[in-house]
Amino acid sequence: MNALLTLFDLLLTLTLLGLAVVTVTSRELRRAVILFIAFGLLLALVWARLRAPDLALAEAAIGAGLSGALMLAAARRASGRKTSTGEDSDAKDAP
Amino acid sequence: MIRPLEHIIIPLGLIAVGGLLGWSFFLAVTGEAGERLAAVALARVPDSGVSNPVTSVLLNFRAYDTLLELAVLLAALLGIWSLGAAAPGFQPAASVLDGMVNGFVPLLILSAGYMLWVGAYAPGGAFQAGALLGSAGVMLALAGHRNAGLPSEGRLRLLVALGVFVFAMTGLLLMVVGDGFLTYPPSLAKWLILLIETAATLSIGATLAAAYLGGRPAARPTTGETA
Amino acid sequence: MTGQVLYSQLFYGGSGIILVLLGLWSFLVHAPLLRKLIAINLMGAGVFHMLVAIAYRGIDTSPDPVPHALVLTGIVVAVSATALALAFGKRLDQDDD
Repeated sequence: MNALLTLFDLLLTLTLLGLAVVTVTSRELRRAVILFIAFGLLLALVWARLRAPDLALAEAAIGAGLSGALMLAAARRASGRKTSTGEDSDAKDAP
Repeated sequence: MIRPLEHIIIPLGLIAVGGLLGWSFFLAVTGEAGERLAAVALARVPDSGVSNPVTSVLLNFRAYDTLLELAVLLAALLGIWSLGAAAPGFQPAASVLDGMVNGFVPLLILSAGYMLWVGAYAPGGAFQAGALLGSAGVMLALAGHRNAGLPSEGRLRLLVALGVFVFAMTGLLLMVVGDGFLTYPPSLAKWLILLIETAATLSIGATLAAAYLGGRPAARPTTGETA
Repeated sequence: MTGQVLYSQLFYGGSGIILVLLGLWSFLVHAPLLRKLIAINLMGAGVFHMLVAIAYRGIDTSPDPVPHALVLTGIVVAVSATALALAFGKRLDQDDD
């Protein structure tokens, strides 16, 4: 039981830290944002393991979901400005 | 080539910060702090009107924090609104996304209501419920609804201020009655907390959805539906 | 407090510290606004993680609710700060064009 739990802890934390590392080192902005959302969701899982289900819910909904949506919109604006040649057919809303 | 700032100063600084943090964290965890706040809080949970310890800390023992937090949320939204009008918005969604959104948004609103109610004794509460409402608004915005399903500007202003208003008024009313600011009488605590949480949920949901739009709402909303 | 709980607290708290350092490093070396925002959010997540680790009391004991309430407050403040910063960034971009 304890050995299994320790293994689970190790697996969760390594994945979490790995996701954090690839988030900050990723070259592409959009990719970084998506990895950040994945990181937030995994963080919610870790907090559920640490007996903080209230926080897990809030982090999954707010930290990963809403922050992620905000940042994705911003990443798209940024990439739209960089390549403003009009190759993105779906970038209709980018100001 | 070695750039002194990036390759020497920043790593050394990070090591120093990490060492300091680690040391203080170790002391905080291992130190004997006498009576912990946790014991006091957990012992008083039955008097707080709700049985979920986190909700009772958030809405009763440290209600001041939560009131100020709602004020921070409101201030951030006012800051966003003061920067200009919102982007024009997305084009109307095609039938698949539209159908999905039409199914999901009522479900999200329903689960927000459930989350609000269940927060009294199980994981949940005003913030989680507000986040669900906010994400319903984000979904509507992504599917091309103007204003993310939020009401017109005048009513939206009332809606986003509702949480702070109800919270502060409850506190002041209790003060007038003689209990002190936000000191609930135990018999009424459950209902006062529910009242405040309901107002806070509506405000948080409206604020988050409005913040996603990134500016003052467009002048003429299409419908009066509330997210 | 048993050794197992202390070990978990130190393990998760340590990973929180690593998250803070990663965020701080990224904040210092990356220039674009969105990257700095991700970095700040990562630092915030690290701090929350440390607080959750401090509140942990073992797999079958109820945790300390006070840090949990603080973290819940923190999450909401973090998202409102992010939204405000993104609105500032958008306005700056508009003025550049």
